[in-house]
Amino acid sequence: MIFTIAKKEFRSLFLSPLAWVILAVIQIILAWSFFTSIDVFFNIQSELSTMPNAPGVTDLIISPLYEVASVVLLMITPLLTMRLISEERRNATMSLLLSAPVSISEIVIGKYLGLLFFICTILLLIILMPLSLSMGTELDYAKLFSGALGLLLIIAAFSAAGIYMSSLTENPMIAAISTFGLLLLLWMINVNSTSAGDNTLSYLSLHTHFTAMLRGILNTRDIAYFLLFIIGFVTLTIRQLETQRLQS
Amino acid sequence: MSSLISVNNLTRRYGDFCAVNNISFELAAGDILGFLGPNGAGKSSTMQMLTGNLAPTFGEITINGVDLLEHPKAAKKSLGYLPEVPPLYKEMTVYEYLLYCARLHAISKQQLNKVCDSAIERCGLGDVRQRLIRNLSKGFQQRVGIAQAILHSPPVIILDEPTVGLDPIQILEIRKLIKTLGESHGIILCTHILPEVQAVCSRVQIINCGELVYSADIADLLNQQSNRYELALSSTISQDDIAKHDVINSVETLDNSRLLIDSNLTAEKLIEYIVQQQWGLTHFNQHQPSLEQTFIALTTGDKSINKDLEVTQS
Repeated sequence: MIFTIAKKEFRSLFLSPLAWVILAVIQIILAWSFFTSIDVFFNIQSELSTMPNAPGVTDLIISPLYEVASVVLLMITPLLTMRLISEERRNATMSLLLSAPVSISEIVIGKYLGLLFFICTILLLIILMPLSLSMGTELDYAKLFSGALGLLLIIAAFSAAGIYMSSLTENPMIAAISTFGLLLLLWMINVNSTSAGDNTLSYLSLHTHFTAMLRGILNTRDIAYFLLFIIGFVTLTIRQLETQRLQS
Repeated sequence: MSSLISVNNLTRRYGDFCAVNNISFELAAGDILGFLGPNGAGKSSTMQMLTGNLAPTFGEITINGVDLLEHPKAAKKSLGYLPEVPPLYKEMTVYEYLLYCARLHAISKQQLNKVCDSAIERCGLGDVRQRLIRNLSKGFQQRVGIAQAILHSPPVIILDEPTVGLDPIQILEIRKLIKTLGESHGIILCTHILPEVQAVCSRVQIINCGELVYSADIADLLNQQSNRYELALSSTISQDDIAKHDVINSVETLDNSRLLIDSNLTAEKLIEYIVQQQWGLTHFNQHQPSLEQTFIALTTGDKSINKDLEVTQS
């Protein structure tokens, strides 16, 4: 049942131009960023060869690409999540799901999974760019995939926050803006913290956990943070819909 | 045989406001129950609670022998619901949409196409099956909503104003469809259109201010005899003179200058009596109670209309 809903969510994304436009925009921006990084790499290649322990292609091209991708997706994910639940309520289609033999958890998880499928599509298109470099040079695959995993986890976390915001309001625009606000706040919450005493803030920051993975460090602490973030917001969404059934 | 729906002491409060107050009723297979009430009487709240869209403050709902509150998933399997606003995904085609609904109701893969085809045929959607729901007229969208509710042939079908926005021919078709469905399913029909209830339903319930105020079989309602008669007389005898006769309890003059008489005599005896008096009887009509009268009397609480509870133009 979860997959029926997930499949429908995934397909209905492609029924509107939104999904196509988003894929195109992401691809254009990242391709440009990818291209300029390669250009920079060629310019400084001769200097690099003289340095001991010089950073490789992966550090100089792929990590910055992922970094840019995460920022672009920070802005775009709210647009993908905004209509997930708010639109069902606005168009009164929620009653179809609620009166079908499906539990609220299945509805929310199904919708979330449908979105995750779409995110995997985005991710696949992004990873293809650095992979194309493997035709000309040696890549650090471990780092490439640890970065990709980091990117997947962080977008999944964005989406979880987004689906929760979408369950709070009937207006997709409000959902999008509040999701964006929340994510941006969590992204830069530790921006001014330099001293060691700001550990709590930096632990809360989405960005800290992501950059660790970009450097190729797979720490259970970071993975646990993202998983807790996702589970937390999905559970909150389910609770929110249960409450609405009691109050509406 | 056990009833399809049994509702016990169902209550729903919104803060201090009590939308539905202590309602109990049952629905048997083969019954078409008309659910009537003015706006804001708690009709839709009741329907939403029956279909699991709204949690009751307290009370019990059993659908096809399964408790809706304790085993919602199992209970909802026996349920088809068309809300006031049909729940349509406008970016899908009719067929895609019905396929999705069928999957939601856990119809097996082999059955999917068969089930959708039969619903499309029953609701007359054959010509539009590949069209986007967005581009359909209101009437067709309504029919897609009905198709969605009867798709999995659930034992209980709940229709909230199913004929809104349909043209007269479609209304007749849908009524026919509801009657056919009513032979094998239990149906609750929520509507404002009173003749529709009279034409389609086997039972009627009226809800007002959250309370169930009336419940009767349509047949009983229509067979009820009243002791009110409408007369037209050619003589110029005055209303007061008529009222002086012992057999006549009261007389009123109607808008069309006919007289409305209340008498304990049977129709036959009364005619005999009037003819003896030589009042020049030209028209005689025994009033039958109609749903409309009952409805207005029960929902407005107006005493003067209340008196006319059993009266109507036939």
